[in-house]
Amino acid sequence: MANLIVSGIILGSIITLGAVGLTLLYGIVNFANFAHGDMMTLGAYIALFLTASLFPALGIVDTPIGPLSFGWVTLISFIPAMIITGGVAILADRLVYRRLRNLRVRAIMLGIASLAVAFVMRSIIFIVWGSDFHFYSQGLRNSWKLPLGINLRPDQLVILVLAWAMVIALYAFLQGTKTGKALRAMADNRDLARVSGIATERMITLTWFIGGAMAAAAGILIGIDSQLRPEMGWILLLPLFAAVILGGIGNAYGALVGGLILGVAQQVSTAFLLPSYKPAVAFIIMILVLLVRPQGIFGGGKS
Amino acid sequence: MSLLRIDNVVSGYGEMQILHGVTLDVAQGEIVSLIGPNGAGKSTVIKTVFGLVPAWSGSITFDGQDITRKAPEQIVRNGISYVPQVENIFPTLTVEENLEMGAYLRNDNYQPMMEKIYSMFPQIADRRKTPAGKLSGGMRQMVAFGRALMLEPRMLLLDEPSAGLAPLVVDLIFESIQSINAQGVTILMVEQNARQALAISHRGYVLVDGQNRLDGTGKELLENEEIGRLFLGG
Repeated sequence: MANLIVSGIILGSIITLGAVGLTLLYGIVNFANFAHGDMMTLGAYIALFLTASLFPALGIVDTPIGPLSFGWVTLISFIPAMIITGGVAILADRLVYRRLRNLRVRAIMLGIASLAVAFVMRSIIFIVWGSDFHFYSQGLRNSWKLPLGINLRPDQLVILVLAWAMVIALYAFLQGTKTGKALRAMADNRDLARVSGIATERMITLTWFIGGAMAAAAGILIGIDSQLRPEMGWILLLPLFAAVILGGIGNAYGALVGGLILGVAQQVSTAFLLPSYKPAVAFIIMILVLLVRPQGIFGGGKS
Repeated sequence: MSLLRIDNVVSGYGEMQILHGVTLDVAQGEIVSLIGPNGAGKSTVIKTVFGLVPAWSGSITFDGQDITRKAPEQIVRNGISYVPQVENIFPTLTVEENLEMGAYLRNDNYQPMMEKIYSMFPQIADRRKTPAGKLSGGMRQMVAFGRALMLEPRMLLLDEPSAGLAPLVVDLIFESIQSINAQGVTILMVEQNARQALAISHRGYVLVDGQNRLDGTGKELLENEEIGRLFLGG
């Protein structure tokens, strides 16, 4: 059980990384981005291209660091993969969402459009990389045997540290910088932000970049933890939304707790249920929250 | 010399015309109230001035500059601040952060202005770190005023500043409007509470069916029998 909780915290940290981006986007752009899971996949595959194709072609080969299954090349690949995915998110905004926004369509139309963007992204990944599983490295995956029957892989410790470093960095940005505060202000009250002189379109672009980059990081972490598959992000979309709704949609702090709860609940459920029921657990949590407390655990602060 | 001049402005939402030619003047240093029945288009006048509702025709000049078709984010740079009637704060941001957002366009040190606002509204000074959405209606209105004042505007547009507030709080808000004005900020406000608004106004305009019908000093309008019968409750 302790082992399941630990692996739940690791999964939850990755979900959190995706969920904070999703909830931030919801607050700023005002629609549910169904392409968020596939942005994770895209980020993971861009990192794969870098570590498995581009860097080896340049004569740079990744060698595992200490007990880890991957090395510096994989770690450095985070940066370009996050930047490129952030750029793709901005591109999708320019090509699709901004046009719809200017037509003043309803949020549901934007949501459906993001579903289309998700399909396009996934299809491209299928075309380019095929449907097979991929791994970042063939390195041996060590495991530490800890008390209480906990098996922790050194890789997972890195996942935990990286995920939380990024989440904390985002929160520090949102709390401590003028631009971060302006983003929160815009999520709170877009019209008042405009009236205060905040350039709302620029904030939207920035949010897409942050959302895309964080999603890419989450995708790479999943790839490190298990493997890359074209549906890897898509199947995480439900837990992502469940985490966001659990924390109160649009509430950046709620997503943090929501992500962890979802991760732990999903992993612990495997003690009683087949692992294939994991998405059902996310779904049940989401429905229960919507029935009992639709504003989420931390919702209700908005006027 | 008028600071704000609205000349024969026609505007509305989508296809629906609300203003059918509104003309009014606000001189530097004045408090001017816009009163009238519900649906007369009072708020639309203010929103059109601030660029939130596009003017179909007519012209709006501020300090000699044409601002007729400018966007709100540009107009605010010209020295006009706007306090909406509802949703005029950032609820999850703290009181302090609300004021900081008011100063978003400032690159200089705005701490002295922030302290000035806290001394003007001591009630919110004790609640700096509280999310503005958790405050009472009166305190929220103070935060809303504070946010709008952070840019040290020359003119303040107020949309029904007393709406939904308890009578005692209304008195407090009107007093602070007077003290803001005493510091040199010109004020154009829309008010449902016509009697109290006119009492503190230098001049007032009566808006009916999207056109201004009457104007005069606050005192004249208060004493006008027709207005008394129509809007001041006898």
